[in-house]
Amino acid sequence: MTDIVAHSETIEQAVPQALSPSSRYKTEEFAARVRRRHKSESRFRWLGIGAISIAAVVLVTLISTVVLNGYTGFFQTRIELAITFDPEVIDPSGTRSADDISGADYLKLIRDALAAAFPEITSREDRRAVVDLVSSGAPFQLRQMVMADPNLIGTTKTITLLASDNVDQLMKGHIARSLPEIQRNVSDRQIGWVDALAGRGQLGTFFSLDVVTQNNSRQPELAGMRGAIIGSFLTLLITMVLAVPVGVAAAVYLEEFAPKNRWTDLIEVNINNLAAVPSIVFGLLGLAMFLNFFGLPRSAPLVGGMVLALMTLPIVIIASRAALKAVPPSIREAALGIGASPLQVVTHHVLPLAMPGILTGTIIGMGHALGETAPLLMIGMVAFVADTPTSVSDPASVLPVQIYMWAESAERGWVERTAAAIMILLTFLILMNGLAVYLRRKFERRW
Amino acid sequence: MTMVGQVEAVPAQGHPALKATTPMKFQANTVKVYYGEKLALKGVTLGIGENQVTALIGPSGCGKSTFLRCLNRMNDTIDICRVDGLIELDGENIYDPKMDPVQLRARVGMVFQKPNPFPKSIYDNIAYGPRIHGLCSHRDEYDAVVQTSLERAGLWNEVKDRLLEPGTGLSGGQQQRLCIARAIAVSPEVILMDEPCSALDPIATAHVEELIDELRDNYTIVIVTHNMQQAARVSQKTAFFHLGDMVEFDDTDEIFTNPRDERTQGYITGRYG
Repeated sequence: MTDIVAHSETIEQAVPQALSPSSRYKTEEFAARVRRRHKSESRFRWLGIGAISIAAVVLVTLISTVVLNGYTGFFQTRIELAITFDPEVIDPSGTRSADDISGADYLKLIRDALAAAFPEITSREDRRAVVDLVSSGAPFQLRQMVMADPNLIGTTKTITLLASDNVDQLMKGHIARSLPEIQRNVSDRQIGWVDALAGRGQLGTFFSLDVVTQNNSRQPELAGMRGAIIGSFLTLLITMVLAVPVGVAAAVYLEEFAPKNRWTDLIEVNINNLAAVPSIVFGLLGLAMFLNFFGLPRSAPLVGGMVLALMTLPIVIIASRAALKAVPPSIREAALGIGASPLQVVTHHVLPLAMPGILTGTIIGMGHALGETAPLLMIGMVAFVADTPTSVSDPASVLPVQIYMWAESAERGWVERTAAAIMILLTFLILMNGLAVYLRRKFERRW
Repeated sequence: MTMVGQVEAVPAQGHPALKATTPMKFQANTVKVYYGEKLALKGVTLGIGENQVTALIGPSGCGKSTFLRCLNRMNDTIDICRVDGLIELDGENIYDPKMDPVQLRARVGMVFQKPNPFPKSIYDNIAYGPRIHGLCSHRDEYDAVVQTSLERAGLWNEVKDRLLEPGTGLSGGQQQRLCIARAIAVSPEVILMDEPCSALDPIATAHVEELIDELRDNYTIVIVTHNMQQAARVSQKTAFFHLGDMVEFDDTDEIFTNPRDERTQGYITGRYG
């Protein structure tokens, strides 16, 4: 008995602060601890909100800059002129031969029309200056019209011609009228003519999708992305055809069939590393392998697609493996348990369930590929291509490379063209990501 | 074989099904299972009688599930797992290189701890097995298989009006019976059940137990369970596993009323595990 008493005393001495459980949580110290906990949690919340706000501000700034610079790219200044298709100029011999018609001096028609519009212009210098109001593409426009319809010869028609880049920029306010004449590309007299034409209703700035529907050009007012859009499409097609089946098959094999040993570990590490390799290195590989060794055509979507497929492959494999891993093992066991072969387990159950994830990963990889520039520079896709590619072996440009090339050019008009091109590229990317989200929602199944 | 001898040595205890003449479906002889270097099963010798329910009990990690998964070679899917010893199904060594695990698993079905219906319709869940094994040729035959399987699993009346709804939409107990129906649909000879009721509530458990009792007429059943009352209720034979050893194997009545090993006694009286 005494023993027990002594024992309990030593316990109380050893733990003098020992409080009853209920009072332990009512001390000031504990309250302070709780306050600290709450504070650190709210600190963390605010940090998170701050991070998201910064990201949002940056994104809004970026997008608004692009849109503000680029929306004018979807407007185009045009000049209406009464063009007389003078037979003397177009077809002096009167034979209507295609050679004559295509070789005629259509600039003279424009010059004559402008002279008629401004009878007060007499000096040679002024006559040259007034022609600069019209785009250098205008004569080609007239030639095409006449080639398509030779009956125009001899008639007078009001034709809408593209204004030159400088007039376009002036009308959009990108060339300030307040600048001293010597500092702008448009002279005071030219401004006077532009205003006169605008006053007569012969000149105006209108919405136009030329930047999407036209082929590339050296003149900003003529340049469009048609070739690059089709080039990007063909390139991505090749990338998808190569990267998706190979990537998914590799992922399925590694995830479902391969033994887990040192070799597969090594392969996995290497795939992860490949995903982090700078894309220009893939471009060099493409240059060395596809162009120099296999002798495939330069600047072609075929080679571009192959290079981008190399680059996208690790992304597809990693995303597909993650999607396969996320399929619960119980589904595999269930199928194996009733005697499905391993391949049947994969094709009937695992792959369909992993499909949303695989599709999402694939589309995101394709998005990467769509926006990729560096490796394509290495295989010569940076060349100026004025034609629309008709096959995967034709020289082509792609959207990001086109943006890169436009951004490098000097004229003021390229700024809005570049920004408009970025808007188009971003639109495609958003569409692709939207598709990924949609597919994920549609095919997602719960278990 | 030794197990046959043992079964014969144990006098029949009233239950007619436990006559010494019960033919053996499975014969396991000194089965050892390694996970990498670790010996998970230290030489199990055991015979599983035809059209009987054999319960495997024991504390967690004792190797009973491991042994169960040896019987249809589900352990093959685990890379580091290695099986030693002899397991015969109707006298055929199931680990023989000539034995196709896919064919084996069609003969030896399995029901898992967690109900795992495919995320497909109830109909497709059942019809999947017959379909991959080419058991039926007409739509009518599939319909018949689906109906009889669901009837045998006691689920038909509950789901007959919604066969095309997803199997994952059923309640836990219904899902487990769906899994049993799915196993039955391929007409296996043996059904292995790995704690089939551990995720179910008592009512669903009672349903499944009744079902097991009915299935015994046509199938050989091996069931792993943590629930000793369940083992006592549904099984005719019970094997007690402990730390990778099979400690005792006998008629269920005998194990629960008169265990010979003190570890068995300790476990069934709730002293550990």
